[in-house]
Amino acid sequence: MLKINNLHVKLEEEDKQILKGVDLEVPAGKVHAIMGPNGSGKSTLSYVLSGRDGYEVTEGDATLDGEELLDMEPEERAAAGLFLAFQYPVEIPGVGNMTFLRTAVNAQRKARGEEEMSAADFLKFIRAKAKDLKIDADMLKRPVNVGFSGGEKKRNEILQMAMLEPKMCILDETDSGLDVDAMKLVSEGVNALRDEGRSFLVITHYQRLLDHIKPDVVHIMAAGRIVKSGGPELALEVEHNGYADILAEIDA
Amino acid sequence: MAGLDELNVKEGVEEETVEAVKSLAGTYKYGWETEIEMEYAPKGVNPDIVRLISEKNDEPEWMTEWRLEAFARWEKLDEPSWALLNYPEIDFQDQYYYARPKSMEEKPKSLDEVDPKLLATYEKLGIPLKEQMILAGVEGAEDMPAEGRKVAVDAVFDSVSVGTTFQSELKKAGVIFCSISEAIKEHPELVKKYLGSVVPVSDNYYATLNSAVFSDGSFVYIPPNTRCPMELSTYFRINAENTGQFERTLIIADKGSYVSYLEGCTAPQRDTAQLHAAVVEIIVEEDAEVKYSTVQNWFPGDENGKGGIYNFVTKRADCRGDRSKVMWTQVETGSAVTWKYPSCILRGAESQGEFYSIAITNNYQQADTGTKMVHLGRDTKSRIVSKGISAGKAQNTYRGLVSMHPKAKNSRNYTQCDSLLIGDKCGAHTVPYIEVKNNSSRVEHEATTSKVDEEQMFYCRQRGMDEEEAVALIVNGFAKEVLQALPMEFAMEAQQLVAISLEGSVG
Repeated sequence: MLKINNLHVKLEEEDKQILKGVDLEVPAGKVHAIMGPNGSGKSTLSYVLSGRDGYEVTEGDATLDGEELLDMEPEERAAAGLFLAFQYPVEIPGVGNMTFLRTAVNAQRKARGEEEMSAADFLKFIRAKAKDLKIDADMLKRPVNVGFSGGEKKRNEILQMAMLEPKMCILDETDSGLDVDAMKLVSEGVNALRDEGRSFLVITHYQRLLDHIKPDVVHIMAAGRIVKSGGPELALEVEHNGYADILAEIDA
Repeated sequence: MAGLDELNVKEGVEEETVEAVKSLAGTYKYGWETEIEMEYAPKGVNPDIVRLISEKNDEPEWMTEWRLEAFARWEKLDEPSWALLNYPEIDFQDQYYYARPKSMEEKPKSLDEVDPKLLATYEKLGIPLKEQMILAGVEGAEDMPAEGRKVAVDAVFDSVSVGTTFQSELKKAGVIFCSISEAIKEHPELVKKYLGSVVPVSDNYYATLNSAVFSDGSFVYIPPNTRCPMELSTYFRINAENTGQFERTLIIADKGSYVSYLEGCTAPQRDTAQLHAAVVEIIVEEDAEVKYSTVQNWFPGDENGKGGIYNFVTKRADCRGDRSKVMWTQVETGSAVTWKYPSCILRGAESQGEFYSIAITNNYQQADTGTKMVHLGRDTKSRIVSKGISAGKAQNTYRGLVSMHPKAKNSRNYTQCDSLLIGDKCGAHTVPYIEVKNNSSRVEHEATTSKVDEEQMFYCRQRGMDEEEAVALIVNGFAKEVLQALPMEFAMEAQQLVAISLEGSVG
């Protein structure tokens, strides 16, 4: 599914190297988690994969099902099946949540040469998905993320993910700003989408999200590289001992 | 049954609009020209041309005199230069002031007699000249209930009105809706009483010129206590080259009446700039209400600023009666130069004026537009919501006046003026004038300027929209309050227009 080879990335505006040779492979149907201290490059990785401006790839590449991701426009990556659940979902005043999603769904379908979804089908589809995430009709009509609580914003991200049916989902600190109940709801939403054709890359600071979304593999990222990989127990180790031990072990 | 057919027409129109949006990349949708044999008056303007226009329209003597007087005034006036607009000097003698399709020499008695090419032109513009259906013998079409999406259309092609639909049904309600040339002949007492009573002949350079040379336009009279049974609409199209269009619209809403009026405009794509100077006068009597919506999509010029329509328009509503109400809604996406300030004179006690505006400028377009709210009566209210969107190298100015006269006790105004910038080579300007001459009135003004946010763009694109779709979505959101003020079918068209107008503004 997702293959990242020796990825080096610097900031476009200044001479600052953020990613210093990331290697990562997420096979189809698997959930991989990335943990790491602040400033290790986790969010940068998600932005570079999804094509946000401001970064320059100096070396290496990334492919999605064999297709070179980094040459594509952000919307082409989306149509190819890449989805990023934002750490800070963006507000778009005046644009109804439903209008936004319908435009997005149909834009992707068009890009893939598929028929647009009719208004009736779309309504049926979104109502079913919204119900699972306890999103009410009012929230569908409100402008995108405007005045949403932290929990509503994150549920909305998962709703978008459910509607767009991507192959590769990147969750960038989806647990930040969530209380226990909201985290449970969001995790259930994610778990419902798990299937053998869909992979997840879950970026998080805390092990507790991984109690709900059980990863197959956990990676530790530090100073722009993946420094250690292991099973779910690696997340527990971090939870108990912090990153210091792991980092010391690598330096040694 | 006929109602169903109408809905089909409507659906077809929308589909076509949607198709056009998709298939066109940065081009102007209405940029084709119709090859129709035209009859022109000689270039330039002088008393002889004024007489000729009057004669061609078969006008009575008083009208000819009125025009000549206007012309004499115009010759003494200078073109105003206070607007934030920069365009080459207009040679007013290098224009045709009268052009009409040859087939219109003998005025058609019904749409059947209209040159099919003309009708085809309007069809291409997506205008359902639905009377065709009635004339074609759709059983009971005349007696259709006045609900649903029925719109009566007056179509003006260059200088001449080519057909007004649904006239007989309107007549039943006592509504007069016809071309102004017809009104001058058929209803001289109304025209005499009201023409020039809101925008006097001496009002301003362009209005004075219009008074002298206007060739056609629409006339509406709604009798007392009548709700106009359908929306009225005029479509203006400039087709002939080097031809100015000077239309004149006069709307009278008598006591306790209501009408919603839509105006649409298009023109072919040409290298040379073309002049358009219209005047719209609205009279609103006691307890009457008028909604006037415009989607102005004249050719804006190409991406290098070549060609386009110079649009100098004077629109004013006079709320004469107590509790009268007028609402202007405009979506200005076209024209190379726009100079336009639809205004409200709030004379009657408790009268209300509203102005909702979206002005989009891209490439080298310039717009200097806004409104005047003149509060004369007590307890009058006005509301202004202006959304200016500027992209490319365009300049967009909101210019507005709110004036509270000494007798306008306890009056209120609220103004909201938002500007959105796309890119870093365009400009947005806000020039509000506020005069308050009594101490019981209140004026509020809010203004914001923002840029299309990179974060918003990336968010939309990550969800699969390309840059142009994303900008159109964000801008439609920005302008939502105004789009919501438009009648349903115009709102759809306006949203698509926003997308077309901003093509090529990003990336």
